[in-house]
Amino acid sequence: MDVDFTKPAGIQRKQYRDFTDQINPKPNVLVNAIWAFVVGGIICTVGQGFLNAFLAAGLPVLESGAMTAVVLIFIAAFLTGLGVFDDIAKYAGAGVIVPITGFANAMVAPAMEARNEGLVLGVGARLFTIAGPVLVFGIVAAWLTGLLYFLFR
Amino acid sequence: MIFLTAFIVGGLICVVGQLLMDLTNYKVTLAHILVGFVTTGAVLSALGLYQPLVELAGAGALVPLTGFGHILAQGAIRGVETDGLLGVFAGGVEAAAAGVTAAVVFGYFFAIVFKPKG
Repeated sequence: MDVDFTKPAGIQRKQYRDFTDQINPKPNVLVNAIWAFVVGGIICTVGQGFLNAFLAAGLPVLESGAMTAVVLIFIAAFLTGLGVFDDIAKYAGAGVIVPITGFANAMVAPAMEARNEGLVLGVGARLFTIAGPVLVFGIVAAWLTGLLYFLFR
Repeated sequence: MIFLTAFIVGGLICVVGQLLMDLTNYKVTLAHILVGFVTTGAVLSALGLYQPLVELAGAGALVPLTGFGHILAQGAIRGVETDGLLGVFAGGVEAAAAGVTAAVVFGYFFAIVFKPKG
């Protein structure tokens, strides 16, 4: 099916979408799911090792979780810089995107590309292209949680 | 034992994300996944449904982005308990501050140090 340019823009857009759906290779759902499960599981297991270490050092649970996130963010940001993260993500997909490593990658990757746009409006701004919305929704949800707890506890 | 449950639960949470992308033909993008998981985690945590998962799976529940939402929501609740109304505003970000600062500092540093491939 092709796009009929005599039709209104809305219909053209739908035709284009149907067309791209048709020719895009269908993802191999099962293989992708297994990759995501294994790699995501490994990252969480590694995280558990760090978590145990911080708990053993005497940090409370929430703080230990936060410090585990710090370590994983450092590793993911470093691997993104090296270009290795993308190589892993090609196979692992959500396995590296859904853990906190995906948050770090979503900050570094667009920022790296924006270096020639300057250190302020390039790198500084692009760090938050995806992280910005994540923080907006996360902080609003936390604020609402706190407000409801304050009113009805 | 906790390592095994961390692997299984963490892996399964990632599978949910992978299926969301694959079964919608990638109309659910990376940004939607990140935002959706953080928000879902915060809501589940507020309803008291996420804490049992953390007790069962440890890092398997804390490392996925739903865990980041959980830390935000639990921070807000803890903030209210210690500081009242101030905690509504400060608690969430306080609990997540280490992660956010790490992401900004390391992210900015590595984005400047490394050149993109190709």
